[in-house]
Amino acid sequence: MMDAATITTWMNEIAGAVRAERDYLIQLDAAIGDGDHGINMTRGFDAVVRALAQEEDGTPGKLLTLAGKTLVSSVGGASGPLWGSALRRGGRALGDAPTFDDGKLVEALQAALAAVVDLGAAVLGDKTMVDAMDPAVATLRREVDAGTVLPVALRRAAEAAEVGMRATIPLQARKGRASYLGERSIGHQDPGATSTALIVRALERTVAGSQ
Amino acid sequence: MAMRKFLNDPEQLVKEALVGVELAHSDLLRFDRENQLLISKSAPRQGKVALISGGGSGHEPLHGGFVGVGMLDAACAGEVFTSPVPDQMLAATKAVDGGAGVVHIVKNYTGDVLNFKMAADEAADEGIKVEAVVMDDDVAVQDSLYTAGRRGVGATVLAEKIAGAAAARGDDLAAVAGIVRHVNERARSFGIALSSCTPPASGKPIFDLPEGEMEVGIGIHGEPGRRRAPLGTASEIAELMVEAVISDLKPASGANLLVFLNGMGGTPQIELYLMFAEVEARLSKAGYKTTRSLVGSYITSLEMAGASLTVLELSDATTALWDAPVNTPALRWGV
Repeated sequence: MMDAATITTWMNEIAGAVRAERDYLIQLDAAIGDGDHGINMTRGFDAVVRALAQEEDGTPGKLLTLAGKTLVSSVGGASGPLWGSALRRGGRALGDAPTFDDGKLVEALQAALAAVVDLGAAVLGDKTMVDAMDPAVATLRREVDAGTVLPVALRRAAEAAEVGMRATIPLQARKGRASYLGERSIGHQDPGATSTALIVRALERTVAGSQ
Repeated sequence: MAMRKFLNDPEQLVKEALVGVELAHSDLLRFDRENQLLISKSAPRQGKVALISGGGSGHEPLHGGFVGVGMLDAACAGEVFTSPVPDQMLAATKAVDGGAGVVHIVKNYTGDVLNFKMAADEAADEGIKVEAVVMDDDVAVQDSLYTAGRRGVGATVLAEKIAGAAAARGDDLAAVAGIVRHVNERARSFGIALSSCTPPASGKPIFDLPEGEMEVGIGIHGEPGRRRAPLGTASEIAELMVEAVISDLKPASGANLLVFLNGMGGTPQIELYLMFAEVEARLSKAGYKTTRSLVGSYITSLEMAGASLTVLELSDATTALWDAPVNTPALRWGV
């Protein structure tokens, strides 16, 4: 079973990962956007870590919702509302329980993906974060349903996210700022899909570390 | 080359600059530090429709430079090239609502649209009438049902002025929002860059532009354009911009036009006037009348060199609203 500490550790892991990859995300974004993705994600998840540090007693659902609200209020750009809504919706899916199991985790991530798709209206192949998030969630669902132990299921989900991330390279962007480049967006890896893969990897490390 | 900018701490740049705006224009506006807003000293005015806009910083004077009388009631400043957050837009909406509702002028970028939408939903929950209008006048981007669509660029400045005048004379919420939409529908823009720009937080130019080349079809975030081309003469570039704008706008034959030749931040006024002359000559030859004009750097991309052309087909009504008094840091006449 997972609990509030899982959420806090996951958010800490994300903050560390986006900080470590800040310059790489900036570089990817400068090629097909405006070069601030690493800065915005770092600012956002640093704010999340600070917000969660004030909340000792929250349930996992409450903490994830707070993380989402904090992103909405601190990031701006497209990533703020998208990841903010994703975590808020995921938090609501976790409900009020003090712990959650593998199935509930899948449910929360599916809700998070649905929030991103609802708000951003991107579909697979648009060269966005959905290209990493959708295969990750689908893989996790399939593995958990098949009875795979969670650390292994999450490893496969993270691999699926990275495959999806790399698959954005030959795509022409149809959503987000990269879409303004038209054909010139081809040949570059999408920064949003890249940070999404980092976020899934962070979850894998969180769960592997606690087992 | 290392970054050469006036800076203390890049993370404090936006706040520190807004302090300067307030000090320089304290007769017109105030700086709400907590929410990172510039708010007109004349707002809220009971019964007047309020106008707010906002977006990433780095486009100055847009939007804060248009806060005052006869234009915007408040502007929300995000980080450089990053949309502000919904909390800011909600705070601005509440600060300026005079009971007649608030128009949100939103440039069509995914981030701006999403954050403004969240703010408008929250404002509606709190009982404030909000009408949001999304500006998308950039012809460099092909619009389609399946893409993010065209960017909001130069027409935003014109819409803020024209709709601001409509609100000042007492038009109601639907009418003011309708005028913003009308300006967006009857205006088109196209931009060219002669250099990249360096966002202070990353410290690196967004792209490298070799000598003798230009970026064609740029937006306002230092992003590369639709294509790269050999740098032409001013005359050739004017031809390119006029053709792109007019073939898409298709003004009525002999129409009256407002021609806005905008600098991207790093191009001197002398070159902008030269470009304006080139543009005007072509429009005039095509039978159009440039009855109003604006030449200068009003919607910029930090220190990027380059220019954008925005053409608005005028009616008698929009001409009168353009001529109405305005008193803001960046646009001031008739007062």
